[in-house]
Amino acid sequence: MIATPWATNPFFVNLDQIFVLLRNWLVGFLPAALRPAAGVLLGVIAIVCVFPGLFALTTVFERKGLGRIQNRIGPNRVGPYGLLQPVADGIKSLTKEDIVPLRANAAVHFLAPLVLVVTVFMGFAVLPVGRNMVLVDMDAGLLFFFAMGAATELCVFMAGWSSRNKYSLLGAMRAVAQMISYEVVLLLSSVAVVMITGSLSLPKIVAAQNTYTGVFPHWYIFTPWGLAGFLMYAIAATAETNRSPFDLPEGESELVAGYHTEYSGFKFALFFLGEYLAMFSISGLGTTLFLGGWSAPFSFLTWVPSWIWFFGKVMMSIFVFIWMRGTLPRLRQDQLMNFAWKFVLPFTLLNLLVTALWRFMGEGWARWVVCSVILIAAYVVMGRLEMRSEHFGRRRYRYAE
Amino acid sequence: MRTLSPIFYLLAALTLAGGLATVLLKQLVHCALAVTVAFAGLALLFLQLDAQFAGFAQILVYIGAVAILIVFAILLTRGSDLPKDGVFSRSWPLGLVIAAGVFAVLGWAVLASVGAVPQQNTVPAVTVHDIGDALVGRYVLPLEIVALLLTAATIGAVIVAMHEKERPR
Repeated sequence: MIATPWATNPFFVNLDQIFVLLRNWLVGFLPAALRPAAGVLLGVIAIVCVFPGLFALTTVFERKGLGRIQNRIGPNRVGPYGLLQPVADGIKSLTKEDIVPLRANAAVHFLAPLVLVVTVFMGFAVLPVGRNMVLVDMDAGLLFFFAMGAATELCVFMAGWSSRNKYSLLGAMRAVAQMISYEVVLLLSSVAVVMITGSLSLPKIVAAQNTYTGVFPHWYIFTPWGLAGFLMYAIAATAETNRSPFDLPEGESELVAGYHTEYSGFKFALFFLGEYLAMFSISGLGTTLFLGGWSAPFSFLTWVPSWIWFFGKVMMSIFVFIWMRGTLPRLRQDQLMNFAWKFVLPFTLLNLLVTALWRFMGEGWARWVVCSVILIAAYVVMGRLEMRSEHFGRRRYRYAE
Repeated sequence: MRTLSPIFYLLAALTLAGGLATVLLKQLVHCALAVTVAFAGLALLFLQLDAQFAGFAQILVYIGAVAILIVFAILLTRGSDLPKDGVFSRSWPLGLVIAAGVFAVLGWAVLASVGAVPQQNTVPAVTVHDIGDALVGRYVLPLEIVALLLTAATIGAVIVAMHEKERPR
Protein backbone atom coordinates (compact mmCIF):
# COMPACT_ATOMS: atom_id res chain seq x y z
CA MET A 1 0.00 0.00 0.00
CA ILE A 2 1.33 3.41 -0.97
CA ALA A 3 0.26 6.00 1.58
CA THR A 4 1.26 9.62 1.65
CA PRO A 5 2.86 11.02 4.81
CA TRP A 6 -0.21 13.29 5.05
CA ALA A 7 -2.35 10.33 6.13
CA THR A 8 -0.56 10.25 9.50
CA ASN A 9 -0.29 14.05 9.84
CA PRO A 10 -2.05 14.96 13.13
CA PHE A 11 -3.91 17.84 11.44
CA PHE A 12 -5.60 15.58 8.90
CA VAL A 13 -6.22 12.82 11.47
CA ASN A 14 -8.00 15.37 13.67
CA LEU A 15 -9.90 16.80 10.70
CA ASP A 16 -11.08 13.27 9.90
CA GLN A 17 -12.32 12.80 13.46
CA ILE A 18 -13.43 16.41 14.01
CA PHE A 19 -17.09 15.55 14.63
CA VAL A 20 -16.22 12.72 17.01
CA LEU A 21 -13.85 15.03 18.93
CA LEU A 22 -16.47 17.78 18.98
CA ARG A 23 -19.03 15.39 20.42
CA ASN A 24 -16.61 14.13 23.07
CA TRP A 25 -15.70 17.73 24.00
CA LEU A 26 -19.36 18.75 24.37
CA VAL A 27 -20.23 15.62 26.34
CA GLY A 28 -17.25 16.25 28.63
CA PHE A 29 -19.12 19.11 30.31
CA LEU A 30 -21.71 16.70 31.72
CA PRO A 31 -21.41 14.37 34.73
CA ALA A 32 -20.10 10.91 33.80
CA ALA A 33 -23.45 9.18 34.35
CA LEU A 34 -25.18 11.24 31.64
CA ARG A 35 -22.39 11.00 29.04
CA PRO A 36 -23.48 7.93 27.00
CA ALA A 37 -27.06 9.20 26.68
CA ALA A 38 -25.87 12.72 25.76
CA GLY A 39 -23.52 11.27 23.12
CA VAL A 40 -26.39 9.40 21.48
CA LEU A 41 -28.61 12.49 21.70
CA LEU A 42 -25.96 14.61 19.94
CA GLY A 43 -25.71 11.95 17.22
CA VAL A 44 -29.47 12.02 16.72
CA ILE A 45 -29.45 15.84 16.55
CA ALA A 46 -26.68 15.70 13.95
CA ILE A 47 -28.68 13.26 11.79
CA VAL A 48 -31.90 15.25 12.15
CA CYS A 49 -30.10 18.47 11.12
CA VAL A 50 -27.67 17.29 8.43
CA PHE A 51 -29.95 15.20 6.24
CA PRO A 52 -32.87 17.67 5.99
CA GLY A 53 -30.24 20.34 5.24
CA LEU A 54 -28.94 18.14 2.47
CA PHE A 55 -32.56 17.70 1.33
CA ALA A 56 -32.97 21.47 1.01
CA LEU A 57 -29.81 21.72 -1.08
CA THR A 58 -30.83 18.76 -3.22
CA THR A 59 -34.18 20.31 -4.15
CA VAL A 60 -32.38 23.33 -5.66
CA PHE A 61 -29.74 21.09 -7.23
CA GLU A 62 -32.46 18.90 -8.77
CA ARG A 63 -34.50 21.80 -10.15
CA LYS A 64 -31.37 23.42 -11.55
CA GLY A 65 -30.20 20.13 -13.05
CA LEU A 66 -33.58 19.31 -14.58
CA GLY A 67 -33.74 22.88 -15.89
CA ARG A 68 -30.38 22.50 -17.62
CA ILE A 69 -31.42 19.13 -19.11
CA GLN A 70 -34.59 20.76 -20.45
CA ASN A 71 -32.66 23.77 -21.77
CA ARG A 72 -33.90 26.35 -19.26
CA ILE A 73 -32.30 28.04 -16.27
CA GLY A 74 -34.29 26.71 -13.31
CA PRO A 75 -34.94 28.65 -10.08
CA ASN A 76 -33.07 31.99 -10.22
CA ARG A 77 -35.15 34.59 -8.34
CA VAL A 78 -34.76 33.89 -4.59
CA GLY A 79 -31.25 34.70 -3.40
CA PRO A 80 -28.05 34.36 -5.43
CA TYR A 81 -28.53 31.80 -8.24
CA GLY A 82 -31.86 30.81 -6.63
CA LEU A 83 -30.04 29.20 -3.70
CA LEU A 84 -32.59 30.43 -1.13
CA GLN A 85 -35.46 28.76 -2.99
CA PRO A 86 -35.85 25.97 -0.34
CA VAL A 87 -36.33 28.65 2.36
CA ALA A 88 -39.16 30.18 0.35
CA ASP A 89 -40.64 26.74 -0.28
CA GLY A 90 -40.43 25.90 3.43
CA ILE A 91 -42.20 29.12 4.49
CA LYS A 92 -44.85 28.54 1.84
CA SER A 93 -45.60 24.97 2.95
CA LEU A 94 -45.67 25.97 6.64
CA THR A 95 -48.16 28.80 6.12
CA LYS A 96 -50.38 26.96 3.66
CA GLU A 97 -53.82 25.81 4.80
CA ASP A 98 -53.93 22.15 5.82
CA ILE A 99 -56.88 20.63 3.97
CA VAL A 100 -58.32 17.25 4.98
CA PRO A 101 -61.05 15.80 2.74
CA LEU A 102 -64.48 15.60 4.38
CA ARG A 103 -64.85 11.83 4.11
CA ALA A 104 -61.18 11.13 4.88
CA ASN A 105 -60.18 8.94 7.75
CA ALA A 106 -58.73 11.76 9.83
CA ALA A 107 -56.58 9.78 12.29
CA VAL A 108 -54.90 7.59 9.66
CA HIS A 109 -54.59 10.56 7.29
CA PHE A 110 -52.72 12.45 10.02
CA LEU A 111 -50.49 9.54 11.09
CA ALA A 112 -49.28 8.44 7.65
CA PRO A 113 -46.73 11.24 6.90
CA LEU A 114 -45.47 11.27 10.50
CA VAL A 115 -44.80 7.52 10.68
CA LEU A 116 -43.21 7.66 7.22
CA VAL A 117 -40.67 10.33 8.17
CA VAL A 118 -39.88 8.67 11.52
CA THR A 119 -39.21 5.26 9.98
CA VAL A 120 -37.08 6.77 7.23
CA PHE A 121 -35.01 8.68 9.80
CA MET A 122 -34.46 5.45 11.77
CA GLY A 123 -32.57 3.93 8.83
CA PHE A 124 -29.78 6.50 9.22
CA ALA A 125 -28.98 5.17 12.70
CA VAL A 126 -26.91 2.27 11.34
CA LEU A 127 -25.20 4.00 8.37
CA PRO A 128 -21.48 4.64 8.96
CA VAL A 129 -21.03 8.18 7.57
CA GLY A 130 -17.32 8.29 8.41
CA ARG A 131 -14.56 6.58 10.36
CA ASN A 132 -15.97 5.90 13.89
CA MET A 133 -19.08 7.87 12.87
CA VAL A 134 -22.03 5.53 13.25
CA LEU A 135 -24.85 6.18 15.71
CA VAL A 136 -25.50 2.54 16.67
CA ASP A 137 -23.04 -0.19 15.67
CA MET A 138 -25.53 -3.02 15.56
CA ASP A 139 -24.63 -6.64 15.01
CA ALA A 140 -27.61 -6.92 12.65
CA GLY A 141 -27.43 -3.39 11.20
CA LEU A 142 -28.32 -4.36 7.64
CA LEU A 143 -31.41 -6.23 8.85
CA PHE A 144 -32.46 -3.19 10.89
CA PHE A 145 -32.15 -0.98 7.82
CA PHE A 146 -34.37 -3.26 5.74
CA ALA A 147 -36.87 -3.68 8.58
CA MET A 148 -37.32 0.10 8.70
CA GLY A 149 -37.60 0.23 4.91
CA ALA A 150 -40.36 -2.36 5.02
CA ALA A 151 -42.33 -0.26 7.49
CA THR A 152 -42.54 2.66 5.04
CA GLU A 153 -44.69 0.61 2.63
CA LEU A 154 -47.50 0.51 5.15
CA CYS A 155 -47.35 4.31 5.54
CA VAL A 156 -47.78 4.75 1.80
CA PHE A 157 -50.81 2.50 1.93
CA MET A 158 -52.21 4.36 4.97
CA ALA A 159 -51.89 7.67 3.11
CA GLY A 160 -53.56 6.39 -0.04
CA TRP A 161 -56.39 4.56 1.67
CA SER A 162 -57.29 7.21 4.24
CA SER A 163 -57.66 9.97 1.64
CA ARG A 164 -60.83 8.44 0.14
CA ASN A 165 -59.80 9.36 -3.34
CA LYS A 166 -59.55 6.96 -6.25
CA TYR A 167 -56.27 8.48 -7.47
CA SER A 168 -54.76 8.20 -4.01
CA LEU A 169 -55.80 4.58 -3.60
CA LEU A 170 -54.66 3.61 -7.10
CA GLY A 171 -51.33 5.33 -6.52
CA ALA A 172 -50.90 3.62 -3.16
CA MET A 173 -51.68 0.18 -4.58
CA ARG A 174 -49.22 0.73 -7.41
CA ALA A 175 -46.58 1.96 -4.96
CA VAL A 176 -47.01 -0.98 -2.59
CA ALA A 177 -46.99 -3.58 -5.39
CA GLN A 178 -43.86 -2.00 -6.86
CA MET A 179 -42.08 -1.67 -3.52
CA ILE A 180 -42.76 -5.30 -2.58
CA SER A 181 -41.54 -6.58 -5.96
CA TYR A 182 -38.30 -4.64 -5.87
CA GLU A 183 -37.65 -5.09 -2.15
CA VAL A 184 -36.94 -8.77 -2.83
CA VAL A 185 -34.23 -7.75 -5.29
CA LEU A 186 -32.85 -5.12 -2.93
CA LEU A 187 -32.48 -7.70 -0.15
CA LEU A 188 -31.06 -10.45 -2.36
CA SER A 189 -28.47 -8.18 -4.00
CA SER A 190 -27.28 -7.12 -0.52
CA VAL A 191 -27.09 -10.75 0.62
CA ALA A 192 -24.17 -11.24 -1.82
CA VAL A 193 -22.14 -8.68 0.15
CA VAL A 194 -23.07 -10.37 3.43
CA MET A 195 -21.93 -13.73 2.02
CA ILE A 196 -18.47 -12.36 1.23
CA THR A 197 -18.03 -10.25 4.38
CA GLY A 198 -19.62 -12.75 6.76
CA SER A 199 -21.26 -9.99 8.78
CA LEU A 200 -24.49 -7.97 8.85
CA SER A 201 -22.76 -5.07 10.61
CA LEU A 202 -22.30 -2.11 8.25
CA PRO A 203 -19.03 -0.78 9.82
CA LYS A 204 -17.54 -4.26 9.36
CA ILE A 205 -18.63 -4.31 5.70
CA VAL A 206 -16.85 -0.97 5.15
CA ALA A 207 -13.76 -2.19 7.01
CA ALA A 208 -13.62 -5.25 4.74
CA GLN A 209 -13.44 -2.99 1.66
CA ASN A 210 -11.00 -0.47 3.12
CA THR A 211 -7.80 -2.20 1.92
CA TYR A 212 -5.71 -1.45 -1.15
CA THR A 213 -3.72 -3.31 -3.81
CA GLY A 214 -1.18 -0.80 -5.07
CA VAL A 215 -3.24 2.39 -5.21
CA PHE A 216 -6.56 0.67 -6.01
CA PRO A 217 -9.15 -0.11 -3.33
CA HIS A 218 -10.91 -3.45 -2.76
CA TRP A 219 -14.42 -2.08 -3.23
CA TYR A 220 -16.96 -4.77 -4.03
CA ILE A 221 -18.06 -2.98 -7.20
CA PHE A 222 -14.68 -3.87 -8.73
CA THR A 223 -15.50 -7.60 -8.73
CA PRO A 224 -17.79 -9.34 -11.27
CA TRP A 225 -20.42 -10.30 -8.70
CA GLY A 226 -20.15 -6.89 -7.04
CA LEU A 227 -20.72 -5.01 -10.30
CA ALA A 228 -23.75 -7.17 -11.17
CA GLY A 229 -25.04 -6.86 -7.60
CA PHE A 230 -24.57 -3.10 -7.61
CA LEU A 231 -26.44 -2.68 -10.91
CA MET A 232 -29.35 -4.78 -9.59
CA TYR A 233 -29.24 -2.84 -6.33
CA ALA A 234 -29.32 0.47 -8.18
CA ILE A 235 -32.33 -0.60 -10.27
CA ALA A 236 -34.18 -1.82 -7.19
CA ALA A 237 -33.27 1.31 -5.22
CA THR A 238 -34.67 3.54 -7.96
CA ALA A 239 -37.91 1.57 -7.95
CA GLU A 240 -38.04 1.45 -4.15
CA THR A 241 -37.83 5.25 -3.89
CA ASN A 242 -40.44 5.72 -6.67
CA ARG A 243 -38.03 7.71 -8.79
CA SER A 244 -38.26 8.07 -12.55
CA PRO A 245 -38.33 5.86 -14.67
CA PHE A 246 -40.20 3.87 -12.00
CA ASP A 247 -42.41 6.77 -10.85
CA LEU A 248 -45.75 5.22 -11.83
CA PRO A 249 -47.22 5.63 -8.33
CA GLU A 250 -46.91 9.38 -8.79
CA GLY A 251 -47.41 9.61 -12.53
CA GLU A 252 -48.81 13.14 -12.87
CA SER A 253 -50.49 12.52 -16.19
CA GLU A 254 -52.50 9.56 -14.89
CA LEU A 255 -52.87 9.86 -11.12
CA VAL A 256 -52.54 13.59 -10.27
CA ALA A 257 -49.91 12.91 -7.59
CA GLY A 258 -50.59 9.34 -6.46
CA TYR A 259 -50.92 8.58 -2.78
CA HIS A 260 -50.27 12.15 -1.64
CA THR A 261 -52.87 13.79 -3.89
CA GLU A 262 -55.00 14.83 -0.91
CA TYR A 263 -52.16 16.22 1.18
CA SER A 264 -51.37 19.89 1.35
CA GLY A 265 -49.25 22.27 3.35
CA PHE A 266 -46.86 20.80 5.87
CA LYS A 267 -48.06 17.22 5.58
CA PHE A 268 -47.20 17.30 1.88
CA ALA A 269 -43.80 18.74 2.78
CA LEU A 270 -43.28 15.78 5.12
CA PHE A 271 -43.99 13.34 2.27
CA PHE A 272 -41.57 15.24 0.09
CA LEU A 273 -38.95 15.16 2.85
CA GLY A 274 -39.54 11.44 3.42
CA GLU A 275 -39.05 10.69 -0.25
CA TYR A 276 -35.73 12.52 -0.44
CA LEU A 277 -34.52 11.12 2.88
CA ALA A 278 -35.31 7.62 1.58
CA MET A 279 -33.18 8.47 -1.47
CA PHE A 280 -30.27 9.56 0.76
CA SER A 281 -30.48 6.52 2.99
CA ILE A 282 -30.74 4.04 0.14
CA SER A 283 -27.82 5.72 -1.66
CA GLY A 284 -25.92 5.67 1.62
CA LEU A 285 -26.53 1.95 1.98
CA GLY A 286 -25.49 1.31 -1.63
CA THR A 287 -22.33 3.32 -1.00
CA THR A 288 -21.63 1.33 2.15
CA LEU A 289 -22.27 -2.06 0.54
CA PHE A 290 -20.61 -1.71 -2.85
CA LEU A 291 -18.66 1.57 -3.09
CA GLY A 292 -16.49 1.18 -0.01
CA GLY A 293 -18.50 3.47 2.29
CA TRP A 294 -16.25 6.18 3.68
CA SER A 295 -13.00 4.75 2.30
CA ALA A 296 -10.94 6.76 -0.21
CA PRO A 297 -10.90 5.76 -3.90
CA PHE A 298 -7.06 5.71 -4.05
CA SER A 299 -4.62 4.87 -1.30
CA PHE A 300 -2.79 8.22 -1.72
CA LEU A 301 -6.02 10.08 -0.94
CA THR A 302 -6.62 8.55 2.51
CA TRP A 303 -5.69 11.89 4.14
CA VAL A 304 -8.97 13.44 2.93
CA PRO A 305 -11.53 13.19 5.77
CA SER A 306 -13.66 10.04 5.56
CA TRP A 307 -16.98 11.90 5.85
CA ILE A 308 -16.17 13.89 2.71
CA TRP A 309 -15.87 10.64 0.76
CA PHE A 310 -19.15 9.28 2.15
CA PHE A 311 -21.19 12.37 1.39
CA GLY A 312 -19.42 12.83 -1.95
CA LYS A 313 -20.41 9.32 -3.01
CA VAL A 314 -24.00 9.82 -1.82
CA MET A 315 -24.30 13.10 -3.74
CA MET A 316 -22.90 11.40 -6.85
CA SER A 317 -25.68 8.80 -6.57
CA ILE A 318 -28.23 11.60 -6.15
CA PHE A 319 -26.83 13.23 -9.29
CA VAL A 320 -27.38 9.98 -11.19
CA PHE A 321 -30.97 9.83 -9.85
CA ILE A 322 -31.61 13.36 -11.15
CA TRP A 323 -29.91 12.62 -14.47
CA MET A 324 -32.11 9.55 -14.98
CA ARG A 325 -35.21 11.56 -14.10
CA GLY A 326 -34.29 14.11 -16.75
CA THR A 327 -33.57 11.58 -19.50
CA LEU A 328 -35.66 8.40 -19.21
CA PRO A 329 -39.37 8.03 -20.04
CA ARG A 330 -41.72 6.37 -17.54
CA LEU A 331 -42.28 2.60 -17.74
CA ARG A 332 -45.69 0.99 -18.11
CA GLN A 333 -47.08 -1.06 -15.20
CA ASP A 334 -46.75 -4.44 -16.98
CA GLN A 335 -43.22 -3.59 -18.16
CA LEU A 336 -42.31 -2.72 -14.58
CA MET A 337 -43.58 -6.03 -13.18
CA ASN A 338 -42.18 -8.15 -16.03
CA PHE A 339 -38.79 -6.49 -15.61
CA ALA A 340 -38.77 -7.16 -11.87
CA TRP A 341 -39.89 -10.77 -11.86
CA LYS A 342 -38.55 -12.05 -15.19
CA PHE A 343 -35.18 -10.35 -15.46
CA VAL A 344 -33.94 -8.64 -12.30
CA LEU A 345 -34.96 -11.33 -9.80
CA PRO A 346 -33.54 -14.36 -11.71
CA PHE A 347 -30.36 -12.45 -12.43
CA THR A 348 -29.95 -11.54 -8.75
CA LEU A 349 -30.50 -15.19 -7.75
CA LEU A 350 -27.84 -16.25 -10.26
CA ASN A 351 -25.56 -13.59 -8.84
CA LEU A 352 -25.90 -15.23 -5.41
CA LEU A 353 -24.65 -18.51 -6.89
CA VAL A 354 -21.78 -16.71 -8.61
CA THR A 355 -20.89 -15.03 -5.32
CA ALA A 356 -20.74 -18.42 -3.59
CA LEU A 357 -18.49 -19.67 -6.43
CA TRP A 358 -16.25 -16.61 -5.98
CA ARG A 359 -16.04 -17.28 -2.26
CA PHE A 360 -15.01 -20.92 -2.63
CA MET A 361 -12.72 -20.76 -5.68
CA GLY A 362 -10.05 -19.00 -3.67
CA GLU A 363 -7.58 -16.35 -4.77
CA GLY A 364 -6.31 -16.25 -8.34
CA TRP A 365 -7.33 -15.17 -11.83
CA ALA A 366 -9.48 -18.29 -12.48
CA ARG A 367 -12.42 -16.98 -10.44
CA TRP A 368 -12.36 -13.65 -12.27
CA VAL A 369 -12.72 -15.42 -15.64
CA VAL A 370 -15.31 -18.00 -14.53
CA CYS A 371 -17.56 -15.53 -12.66
CA SER A 372 -17.41 -12.90 -15.44
CA VAL A 373 -18.18 -15.45 -18.14
CA ILE A 374 -21.18 -16.87 -16.25
CA LEU A 375 -22.67 -13.42 -15.59
CA ILE A 376 -22.13 -12.06 -19.11
CA ALA A 377 -23.48 -15.26 -20.70
CA ALA A 378 -26.56 -15.17 -18.47
CA TYR A 379 -27.13 -11.51 -19.30
CA VAL A 380 -26.90 -12.11 -23.05
CA VAL A 381 -29.04 -15.29 -23.02
CA MET A 382 -31.76 -13.81 -20.79
CA GLY A 383 -31.83 -10.60 -22.78
CA ARG A 384 -32.15 -12.49 -26.08
CA LEU A 385 -34.86 -14.80 -24.76
CA GLU A 386 -36.99 -11.99 -23.37
CA MET A 387 -36.53 -9.69 -26.33
CA ARG A 388 -37.42 -12.43 -28.84
CA SER A 389 -41.06 -11.43 -28.96
CA GLU A 390 -40.20 -7.77 -29.53
CA HIS A 391 -39.53 -6.84 -33.15
CA PHE A 392 -36.92 -4.18 -33.40
CA GLY A 393 -36.44 -2.26 -36.58
CA ARG A 394 -37.83 0.78 -38.29
CA ARG A 395 -40.83 2.16 -36.43
CA ARG A 396 -44.10 1.52 -38.22
CA TYR A 397 -47.02 3.87 -37.70
CA ARG A 398 -50.35 2.12 -37.99
CA TYR A 399 -52.59 5.15 -38.44
CA ALA A 400 -50.42 8.11 -39.27
CA GLU A 401 -49.12 7.06 -42.67
CA MET B 1 -40.13 -14.03 41.17
CA ARG B 2 -37.96 -11.51 39.44
CA THR B 3 -39.56 -8.15 38.90
CA LEU B 4 -39.86 -7.12 35.28
CA SER B 5 -38.80 -3.72 34.02
CA PRO B 6 -41.39 -0.96 33.45
CA ILE B 7 -40.47 -1.00 29.76
CA PHE B 8 -41.74 -4.57 29.60
CA TYR B 9 -45.11 -3.51 31.04
CA LEU B 10 -45.37 -0.61 28.57
CA LEU B 11 -44.63 -2.87 25.61
CA ALA B 12 -46.98 -5.57 26.90
CA ALA B 13 -49.76 -2.98 27.25
CA LEU B 14 -49.07 -1.74 23.70
CA THR B 15 -49.17 -5.26 22.27
CA LEU B 16 -52.37 -6.16 24.15
CA ALA B 17 -54.03 -2.90 23.13
CA GLY B 18 -53.14 -3.60 19.50
CA GLY B 19 -54.53 -7.11 19.76
CA LEU B 20 -57.76 -5.96 21.43
CA ALA B 21 -58.25 -3.20 18.88
CA THR B 22 -57.82 -5.77 16.13
CA VAL B 23 -60.83 -7.77 17.28
CA LEU B 24 -62.97 -4.86 18.50
CA LEU B 25 -62.67 -2.20 15.77
CA LYS B 26 -65.36 -2.11 13.10
CA GLN B 27 -63.49 -0.91 10.00
CA LEU B 28 -61.52 -3.84 8.55
CA VAL B 29 -58.58 -1.65 7.46
CA HIS B 30 -58.38 -0.20 10.97
CA CYS B 31 -58.20 -3.78 12.27
CA ALA B 32 -55.34 -4.50 9.88
CA LEU B 33 -53.47 -1.40 11.11
CA ALA B 34 -54.15 -2.38 14.73
CA VAL B 35 -52.71 -5.85 14.19
CA THR B 36 -49.61 -4.09 12.83
CA VAL B 37 -49.31 -2.27 16.15
CA ALA B 38 -49.49 -5.64 17.92
CA PHE B 39 -46.76 -7.00 15.61
CA ALA B 40 -44.59 -3.96 16.33
CA GLY B 41 -45.12 -4.44 20.08
CA LEU B 42 -44.00 -8.06 19.80
CA ALA B 43 -40.91 -7.00 17.82
CA LEU B 44 -40.04 -4.45 20.51
CA LEU B 45 -40.47 -7.15 23.18
CA PHE B 46 -37.93 -9.29 21.30
CA LEU B 47 -35.55 -6.32 21.14
CA GLN B 48 -36.03 -5.67 24.85
CA LEU B 49 -34.85 -9.27 25.43
CA ASP B 50 -31.69 -8.52 23.35
CA ALA B 51 -32.90 -10.78 20.55
CA GLN B 52 -31.95 -8.43 17.70
CA PHE B 53 -32.30 -10.93 14.90
CA ALA B 54 -35.74 -12.16 15.97
CA GLY B 55 -36.96 -8.60 16.53
CA PHE B 56 -35.85 -7.26 13.14
CA ALA B 57 -37.04 -10.38 11.36
CA GLN B 58 -40.41 -9.88 13.05
CA ILE B 59 -40.64 -6.31 11.71
CA LEU B 60 -39.41 -7.28 8.24
CA VAL B 61 -41.71 -10.29 7.84
CA TYR B 62 -44.81 -9.30 9.79
CA ILE B 63 -45.03 -5.54 9.20
CA GLY B 64 -43.32 -5.57 5.80
CA ALA B 65 -45.07 -8.60 4.33
CA VAL B 66 -47.90 -10.09 6.40
CA ALA B 67 -49.61 -6.77 7.18
CA ILE B 68 -49.35 -5.74 3.51
CA LEU B 69 -50.79 -9.11 2.51
CA ILE B 70 -53.74 -8.64 4.87
CA VAL B 71 -54.35 -5.15 3.51
CA PHE B 72 -54.23 -6.40 -0.09
CA ALA B 73 -56.63 -9.22 0.77
CA ILE B 74 -59.09 -6.75 2.32
CA LEU B 75 -58.96 -4.35 -0.63
CA LEU B 76 -59.10 -7.02 -3.34
CA THR B 77 -62.16 -8.68 -1.76
CA ARG B 78 -64.02 -5.36 -1.39
CA GLY B 79 -63.99 -5.87 2.38
CA SER B 80 -63.28 -2.22 3.03
CA ASP B 81 -66.83 -1.10 2.32
CA LEU B 82 -68.70 -3.34 4.74
CA PRO B 83 -71.67 -2.16 6.83
CA LYS B 84 -70.89 0.33 9.56
CA ASP B 85 -71.95 -2.00 12.38
CA GLY B 86 -69.01 -4.29 11.58
CA VAL B 87 -68.80 -8.01 11.05
CA PHE B 88 -68.94 -9.80 14.38
CA SER B 89 -69.39 -13.53 14.30
CA ARG B 90 -72.35 -14.84 16.29
CA SER B 91 -70.23 -17.59 17.78
CA TRP B 92 -67.75 -15.25 19.48
CA PRO B 93 -68.23 -16.78 22.97
CA LEU B 94 -67.00 -20.10 21.56
CA GLY B 95 -63.96 -18.33 20.12
CA LEU B 96 -63.29 -16.79 23.52
CA VAL B 97 -63.40 -20.24 25.16
CA ILE B 98 -60.96 -21.67 22.59
CA ALA B 99 -58.62 -18.70 22.99
CA ALA B 100 -58.71 -19.05 26.79
CA GLY B 101 -57.98 -22.77 26.42
CA VAL B 102 -54.97 -22.14 24.18
CA PHE B 103 -53.72 -19.46 26.57
CA ALA B 104 -54.09 -21.83 29.54
CA VAL B 105 -52.13 -24.61 27.80
CA LEU B 106 -49.35 -22.23 26.74
CA GLY B 107 -49.17 -20.65 30.20
CA TRP B 108 -49.05 -24.07 31.83
CA ALA B 109 -46.30 -25.20 29.46
CA VAL B 110 -44.21 -22.11 30.16
CA LEU B 111 -44.62 -22.36 33.93
CA ALA B 112 -43.87 -26.10 33.91
CA SER B 113 -40.68 -25.57 31.89
CA VAL B 114 -39.12 -23.30 34.53
CA GLY B 115 -37.82 -26.32 36.47
CA ALA B 116 -36.73 -28.24 33.37
CA VAL B 117 -34.47 -25.53 31.92
CA PRO B 118 -31.20 -24.90 33.79
CA GLN B 119 -31.33 -21.50 35.47
CA GLN B 120 -28.83 -19.03 34.06
CA ASN B 121 -27.98 -15.85 35.83
CA THR B 122 -26.08 -14.34 32.91
CA VAL B 123 -27.77 -13.54 29.65
CA PRO B 124 -26.24 -15.72 26.92
CA ALA B 125 -24.72 -13.57 24.18
CA VAL B 126 -26.10 -14.89 20.90
CA THR B 127 -24.79 -13.10 17.84
CA VAL B 128 -26.38 -13.19 14.40
CA HIS B 129 -23.33 -15.19 13.34
CA ASP B 130 -24.24 -17.95 15.83
CA ILE B 131 -27.81 -18.04 14.54
CA GLY B 132 -26.54 -18.39 10.98
CA ASP B 133 -24.19 -21.21 12.00
CA ALA B 134 -27.01 -23.03 13.78
CA LEU B 135 -29.39 -22.61 10.83
CA VAL B 136 -27.07 -24.15 8.23
CA GLY B 137 -25.43 -26.53 10.68
CA ARG B 138 -27.60 -28.28 13.24
CA TYR B 139 -30.99 -27.19 11.91
CA VAL B 140 -30.26 -27.51 8.19
CA LEU B 141 -32.90 -30.21 7.63
CA PRO B 142 -35.85 -28.20 9.04
CA LEU B 143 -34.58 -25.17 7.10
CA GLU B 144 -34.55 -27.14 3.84
CA ILE B 145 -38.02 -28.57 4.53
CA VAL B 146 -39.37 -25.05 5.08
CA ALA B 147 -37.64 -23.90 1.88
CA LEU B 148 -39.22 -26.78 -0.06
CA LEU B 149 -42.65 -25.98 1.38
CA LEU B 150 -42.33 -22.30 0.44
CA THR B 151 -41.17 -23.17 -3.08
CA ALA B 152 -44.17 -25.49 -3.49
CA ALA B 153 -46.46 -22.73 -2.23
CA THR B 154 -44.94 -20.24 -4.70
CA ILE B 155 -45.36 -22.64 -7.62
CA GLY B 156 -48.93 -23.31 -6.47
CA ALA B 157 -49.66 -19.58 -6.37
CA VAL B 158 -48.25 -19.15 -9.88
CA ILE B 159 -50.43 -22.01 -11.18
CA VAL B 160 -53.54 -20.57 -9.52
CA ALA B 161 -52.79 -17.19 -11.08
CA MET B 162 -52.05 -18.69 -14.52
CA HIS B 163 -55.35 -20.52 -14.75
CA GLU B 164 -57.29 -17.41 -15.68
CA LYS B 165 -55.19 -16.72 -18.77
CA GLU B 166 -56.17 -20.00 -20.45
CA ARG B 167 -59.85 -19.09 -20.55
CA PRO B 168 -61.00 -18.06 -24.06
CA ARG B 169 -61.77 -14.38 -24.25
